[in-house]
Amino acid sequence: MRIGKALLFTVLTVGLIYGLNRNWGTVPAVGSLLSPFTGFWQNAETPDALRTQKLTIGGTQEPVEVVFDSLHIPHVFAKNEHDLFFAQGYLTAHDRLWQMEFQTHAAAGRLSEIVGERALELDRYNRRLGMGFAAEKSIAFMLSDSATKQVLLAYTAGVNAYIAGLKPANYPLEYKLLGYAPEPWQPIKCAYFLKYMSGVLALGADDLAMSAIQEKIGPAATRDLFPDYPAREDPIVPTGTKWDFLPVYYLKSPKNPVAGKGDFASVMPGFSWPRHDPSIGSNNWAVGAARSATGYPLLANDPHLTLSLPSIWYLIQLNAPGINVMGASMPGAPMVIGGFNQHIAWGVTNVGSDVLDFYKIKFKDNTRRQYWHDGQWKNVMRRVETLAVKGKPAVVDTVIYTHHGPVMYTPGQKSFSKNYPVGYALRWVVHDPANEMRCFYLLNKAKNHADYRAALVHYAAPAQNFVFADVNKDIAISPNGRFPLKKREQGKFLLDGTNPADDWLAYIPADQNPHVKNPPRGYVSSANQSPTDLTYPYYLDWQFAPPERGMRINQRLAAMPQTTVAQMSALQNDTYNIRANTLLPKLLAQLRSGTLLGPQKQALAALNAWHYEQSVTEAGPTIFAEWEKQFMEALWADDLPQADSLPKKLPSADRTLQLLTQTPDAPWVDDARTPARETLADLATRSFQTTVDTLTARHGAPGTAWQWATVKATQISHLARLDPFSALNVRVGGGGSVVNAITSKTGPSWRLVVALGPTPAGFAALPGGQSGNPGSHFYLNMLESWRKGQLTPLQFMPNAGAAGTSIRWTLN
Amino acid sequence: MIPILLIALISAVAQLFLPWWSIALVAFAYCFGRPGAGLPGAGTSWSGGRAFLASFVGVGLVWLAYAGWQHLQTGGVLTSRMSAVMKLPASAVYLLVITPLVGGLVAGFAGAAGYWVRQSVWPTVAVNP
Repeated sequence: MRIGKALLFTVLTVGLIYGLNRNWGTVPAVGSLLSPFTGFWQNAETPDALRTQKLTIGGTQEPVEVVFDSLHIPHVFAKNEHDLFFAQGYLTAHDRLWQMEFQTHAAAGRLSEIVGERALELDRYNRRLGMGFAAEKSIAFMLSDSATKQVLLAYTAGVNAYIAGLKPANYPLEYKLLGYAPEPWQPIKCAYFLKYMSGVLALGADDLAMSAIQEKIGPAATRDLFPDYPAREDPIVPTGTKWDFLPVYYLKSPKNPVAGKGDFASVMPGFSWPRHDPSIGSNNWAVGAARSATGYPLLANDPHLTLSLPSIWYLIQLNAPGINVMGASMPGAPMVIGGFNQHIAWGVTNVGSDVLDFYKIKFKDNTRRQYWHDGQWKNVMRRVETLAVKGKPAVVDTVIYTHHGPVMYTPGQKSFSKNYPVGYALRWVVHDPANEMRCFYLLNKAKNHADYRAALVHYAAPAQNFVFADVNKDIAISPNGRFPLKKREQGKFLLDGTNPADDWLAYIPADQNPHVKNPPRGYVSSANQSPTDLTYPYYLDWQFAPPERGMRINQRLAAMPQTTVAQMSALQNDTYNIRANTLLPKLLAQLRSGTLLGPQKQALAALNAWHYEQSVTEAGPTIFAEWEKQFMEALWADDLPQADSLPKKLPSADRTLQLLTQTPDAPWVDDARTPARETLADLATRSFQTTVDTLTARHGAPGTAWQWATVKATQISHLARLDPFSALNVRVGGGGSVVNAITSKTGPSWRLVVALGPTPAGFAALPGGQSGNPGSHFYLNMLESWRKGQLTPLQFMPNAGAAGTSIRWTLN
Repeated sequence: MIPILLIALISAVAQLFLPWWSIALVAFAYCFGRPGAGLPGAGTSWSGGRAFLASFVGVGLVWLAYAGWQHLQTGGVLTSRMSAVMKLPASAVYLLVITPLVGGLVAGFAGAAGYWVRQSVWPTVAVNP
């Protein structure tokens, strides 16, 4: 009896502890998570959690002073560069450890280790992209440079010093929820982080879609519908700028392979991995001294990304002899990526040039040990990837590499991503070793335009438009990175992997990348549009982001002869929709309004009353966005390949507008699927009716539920997709083709305005906060100003100031 | 009352250094070590049920007090968010109730186990017929 009870309660206790001390699928270990001594309760922070303290952590050569301002932005004052970057690593880990490790795990194809089998295909995809192959080559190259080597090793030591001092009770919350522990940081993780950003920004590939289109409608029609330069454009380097170099050489005119039938049909429908999102763009501009109210240049930047939490950027000031810089860093990479110092300011937007091509590989036999190239059989390289999977045996995956790059999927395998064809090798600029760290190292310390130019040559990927302004009153911009030296249209379509004439042979010399300094118009800008006019001697790509954002920025800057910081900020928040201004009147002119019924009439009235501002409470943007989509679909979808297995690609809005204005009777207008002959009026009316029906089905009768911010429902998602740690339904205006490019999921990941001068003044906004801890009062505290379009002044401190005046840490 | 206070105190100290499940070790050890009813130094009403209750309340109070204190100190910044993460309504109440319940149950079972193991191997109370 007693023994029975003893056994019963002992077994119950042990069983309960066992059950509460381990993960069950996605359910975390409840016991340790709920314990107020070790669990989530420990991650909740008081509003004044930061206290002045002296930390003895080891690893610094001399004491480092860190001053935290009221936004929890650290200002680091070190006596040497080693200590400076050590402190940056330590502080970044303190606020963002889980984020920096999770993102580099993602790039390395190691998420299955954390979340189990459900991430396996994503991991396999990143391995097959050659992320590890690329990171290994890059880190070796970065460590061969003594300056960047010191930075990377010091940063790594700083991160590891933080991890070493961390007890499990103090692990960031996500570790407790997912049930794992931080591992030591390594320099290669910094390289993985850069590859991660290239994965976000430089993986756009329409090659497969374009080849399928060309197969269906022929080369002439393809060139007609998908021209190599837009009809309307306002390029980054102003039209008419003279090039200050002699081009190296021209390659012969194009000879792209005409694909045979069925060449691309081997793609299988699979997971939906987002294609390069065209709404991910960015803005930056600089206004010269002559057009600035301050007498010195002004600079603005807002890089658009898929918004996520913890915040993508970490604001910091870094001060040591020879360097004093402030701006935004990225958790996982040392130094400041965009910001300013006493002399210069700089910022970046993405260059969507074609740096990724696919080569059809002809294998000798099914063993796939050799492939045909340049008239001979060449050996492949086989790279074995071992993927650890939580709760399961490891998975071994062998990836075949040709001299082009990895063959992501061989026949019989299933592609993870619709636009990545099976049986093709991937040639990607990111696979070549590069030292982007050297570029940022030099930019952080740059004093003038020459220093800026010297820094840029080290930068490879993801290519960026680097805008520049300095206290010497120079302004400049350069679409910069490594660009393959291509034949015209090379890589617009899938390429022939057997023909050496189709290979990438060289890069455009770095100093011949497009650039312009002090153009006569007095300002420079970029918004991801075409980098140059047609006089630039090299081919970069046939398509770039639509020109509307860039056109609007330039129109506004041209109208502001005495630009102020407030005007710069207002322009970042501009929501005027140029595309609606041009396209909507043309659509309305075609609409047979007499045939419309109840809600359709209401919708038409709302459109007629709309003044093209993408503002919070308007219904106009909601109706226009849906109508544009429906009209494009009605106009083009019947003429282009429609297989579900193929990625979709429609002609641009620019080309559509050209058809509306110049060739309204073009054969493309008729819906090929119906016996009747449709006109533009038919398409416009039909698509308008569909639009109203769709919106009514989704949101009910026209009314407040159709308000733009309600429908757009902007969300900033936590990286682990935990809704309670996300900001959902952020009520804010904007849109993909307007300057304030806030869509449902993408938008300005931070905003910067700098007024240069003897003492530079910086202003910033962040959609989140400095802390990555959902239990911190600094996790979302900056979101509201960002939403309202307000900037906060940055405190660019000349020195650490007197002791006792602020919260400060001394690292020893 | 005294068993409750002692279990609370010892488990609180233990958890500063040991894993969360040290609450079970403390409750087990205390209830194993405490002499039974009728012996010198012991109360008159010690039993398996009392062992469970003292352990449950002792640890439950510690968990409630510490969790509640952290909740109040931080303005509840995380409590309702975590409630939602655990698929409960986004309110602080649920975790403030569930937390002491979980700690209390683990300790309670361990305390009962401690009592009955003691009575099995080294009885301190008369064996019921």
